[in-house]
Amino acid sequence: MTEPDVLRFTAVGSVDDGKSTLIGRLLYDCDGVYDDQLESVRKVSPAGLDLAFITDGLQAEREQGITIDVAYRYFGTSKRRFIIADTPGHEQYTRNMATGASTADLALILIDARKGVLPQTKRHACISWLLGIRRFAVVINKMDLVEYRRQEFDLIRQDFCGFAQRLSGCELEFFPVSALAGDNVVRRSERMPWFDGDALLSYLENVPIDGSPRMAAFRFPVQHVIRSDPDFRAYAGQIASGRVRPGDEVMVLPSRLVTRIRSIGAFRADLDHAFSPMSVALRLEGHVDLGRGDMLADPEQPPFLARRLRVTVVWMAETPLRLNQPYLVKHAGQRVCAEVCRLVSRLDVETLQEHDAATLCLNEIGDVELESHRPLIADPYCQNRTTGSLILIDPASNQTVGAGMIASAEEPAAPPLPAGGGRGLTVWFTGLSSSGKSTLSRAVYERLWAMGYKVELLDGDALRQHLCRDLGFSKQDRDENIRRIGFVAELLTRNGVIAVAAAISPYREIRDEIRQRIGNFVEVYANAPLAVCEERDTKGLYKKARAGQIPGFTGISDPYEPPLRPEVECNTDRESLAESVEKVMRIVQSRLSA
Amino acid sequence: MLLYSIGKDSSVLLRLAQKAFHPAKPPFPLLHVDTTYKFKEMPEFRDRTCAELGVRLIVHTSRGAREDGVNPFRLGSWKCCAILKTQALLDAMREGSFDAAIGGARRDEEKSRAKERVFSFRDANGQWDPRHQRPELWNLFNGRIEKGESVRVFPLSNWTELDVWRYIEAEQIPVVPLYFAKKREMLVRGNLLIPMEHDVPRLPGEQPETVMCRMRTLGCTYCTGAIRSTASSVSEIIDELPGLRRSERENRLIDHDQEGSMESKKREGYF
Repeated sequence: MTEPDVLRFTAVGSVDDGKSTLIGRLLYDCDGVYDDQLESVRKVSPAGLDLAFITDGLQAEREQGITIDVAYRYFGTSKRRFIIADTPGHEQYTRNMATGASTADLALILIDARKGVLPQTKRHACISWLLGIRRFAVVINKMDLVEYRRQEFDLIRQDFCGFAQRLSGCELEFFPVSALAGDNVVRRSERMPWFDGDALLSYLENVPIDGSPRMAAFRFPVQHVIRSDPDFRAYAGQIASGRVRPGDEVMVLPSRLVTRIRSIGAFRADLDHAFSPMSVALRLEGHVDLGRGDMLADPEQPPFLARRLRVTVVWMAETPLRLNQPYLVKHAGQRVCAEVCRLVSRLDVETLQEHDAATLCLNEIGDVELESHRPLIADPYCQNRTTGSLILIDPASNQTVGAGMIASAEEPAAPPLPAGGGRGLTVWFTGLSSSGKSTLSRAVYERLWAMGYKVELLDGDALRQHLCRDLGFSKQDRDENIRRIGFVAELLTRNGVIAVAAAISPYREIRDEIRQRIGNFVEVYANAPLAVCEERDTKGLYKKARAGQIPGFTGISDPYEPPLRPEVECNTDRESLAESVEKVMRIVQSRLSA
Repeated sequence: MLLYSIGKDSSVLLRLAQKAFHPAKPPFPLLHVDTTYKFKEMPEFRDRTCAELGVRLIVHTSRGAREDGVNPFRLGSWKCCAILKTQALLDAMREGSFDAAIGGARRDEEKSRAKERVFSFRDANGQWDPRHQRPELWNLFNGRIEKGESVRVFPLSNWTELDVWRYIEAEQIPVVPLYFAKKREMLVRGNLLIPMEHDVPRLPGEQPETVMCRMRTLGCTYCTGAIRSTASSVSEIIDELPGLRRSERENRLIDHDQEGSMESKKREGYF
């Protein structure tokens, strides 16, 4: 099926500029309103047919006479289909305006011919521009009320052009219109012979739709891993930008491994190429292991991988932005914890000037430095709207509190090198299955990362699928498994990296052997009673072991030898995660500064 | 869970779900809230489709309500719909502990739906609050909820009736034959064509007429009128649509019980 040509635009203006009437007029004159809908509008209009009521749908609005939220409207002509986001003009609903603009190709800005460019007009133009819109149709409405004079139109055009110089890269078109009378909306008006441009609709029908991300660098955020049988593994998602063919080299992020596309799966058959915005299932060559939130990208023009980002944020909640407090960030396919560590400036959205500020309140916009617990795989918003945008969610209320446009990756401050000429450290977590090793080690790892250390996580379960996939669970194989993890940890430690390893590692002798080899070694005993671990049974292994399906299972049918003198012991059944992390961090920090 | 109403929009939605997970099956079941006042072709079509595709189907009927004699002829369409559809859907959500319901509603169908989010939050009582919706930017959806709360997800939000039919044509998706015109026995009341099913009460002296017609939407027989049409194939429907002067849901009696009635039903938990 050929993709129908769709123009998405947002309509913005101040209260009473006549936006709803203009949209009603577009729909009405393009036969986009059914007869029964018109009858229903006539029934509730105070005087005859009020076109504004077509879009102001909700009951509450009929009482207030104003639009309260983003309303989407659909109409089409023989040339093109249109999706309009009708967004409200009054100040407290700026967030809805940003919402409408986020998916729009063009902004239609309304100005009342009697009032001219208002502070709110500038505000709306700036927000549209910040959200990436570069094409503006400036509609000077209510020309009937100034007797269709050219003078008013020219003055307003001049005024707006002067202001818009600050919005770089913009294209502007001006239209003198009366939405109420229908002049220059769908048909050119004879009442303004001095205007030599097109009617608004023919402009909308013919304006090029930019930003077709097909030509941009390839980006594919993984949404879902499809495993229909043990040998089949495909990564499903929507191509955010660019195009792809089987055999193309792609970079896997965050690992930065480069592999090739094996095939492009679709519903009926495999494809020989695919491009944005298609949704496909990609299969890769070789053994690569991706999950939701990872990304495939063009290796020649990779996205950046960063935890510290400069972001322009539109604040959308009643509660002001809190610095150094946890928020959830949703970005491409992933959700991560993050904090705003610095408010760089607040933007005056009428002048685009930057001011110092302590916080951001509802409907305010500012530049912040955001630090996420895991790196984001991202591009600047001006280059890619999909991989450059994010939302902030309050983890307590679950509300969407902010919308962010990524400006750039901020280089983290130079990592504090461990004392002693960059000597590394191994932090080794041992304990029963489900004792909390993975959770605890990941938290410690993230903390060290956030502090700027070079740190690597070696998770026993993950390594068994790669480095140690040939090994079983005999005493001999278990020792070999631990030796290999120990060997990698040793290499890392020798090169100034902090290796955080988590493995059941049930036997004391082999753990002590590793300790001897590495030297700078911290043993953390994740200690929870067997009954507790069995109750948790995070991987369902205890149940299988009890049923006799897993022979030699540690704690059930094979011994666990607890450490005699671990540097740290975490009683994960009695302590909170935060308490355990603190205990580990105290020892780790004393070792690093020793 | 995917709310499957057997209609054309559900059929498109089901195809999208199949494609999203192909070659695996969609990892969620289909839920059909059966009022038992559906056209008899509908359950047949439903069972055949689900068997062919190998997807799990849950059929939920509000039995208590049925025994109490809830029917549109006695209670009127508004109350009947509240019990057989709205309440039944909320019950089914609770029974299945579903935290998300994917539905085929579109913003162009009805004016209050024009303001619905793609991810639409429902509180623990299944209620919608149009004044406090989560802002929705780009394609970044916030699906965070607490236990007991839920989201309704509307992937077809930006599709129009014409888009749906064009997609059905392009993908060759089977739909219930009631959508295609043929000669049917109907009660003709003004503009309304009421199907002769489920012992619909007749007005004094009223006789059914044979009318060339088709269903534009499918709901319960009493509340779904037909339109006069000769479009007997998907491509004929696509040709017919741009010329239609009446809206899609006009002959759905329930939408017009009172002005703004769809919004009231949505606040209470209707889809």
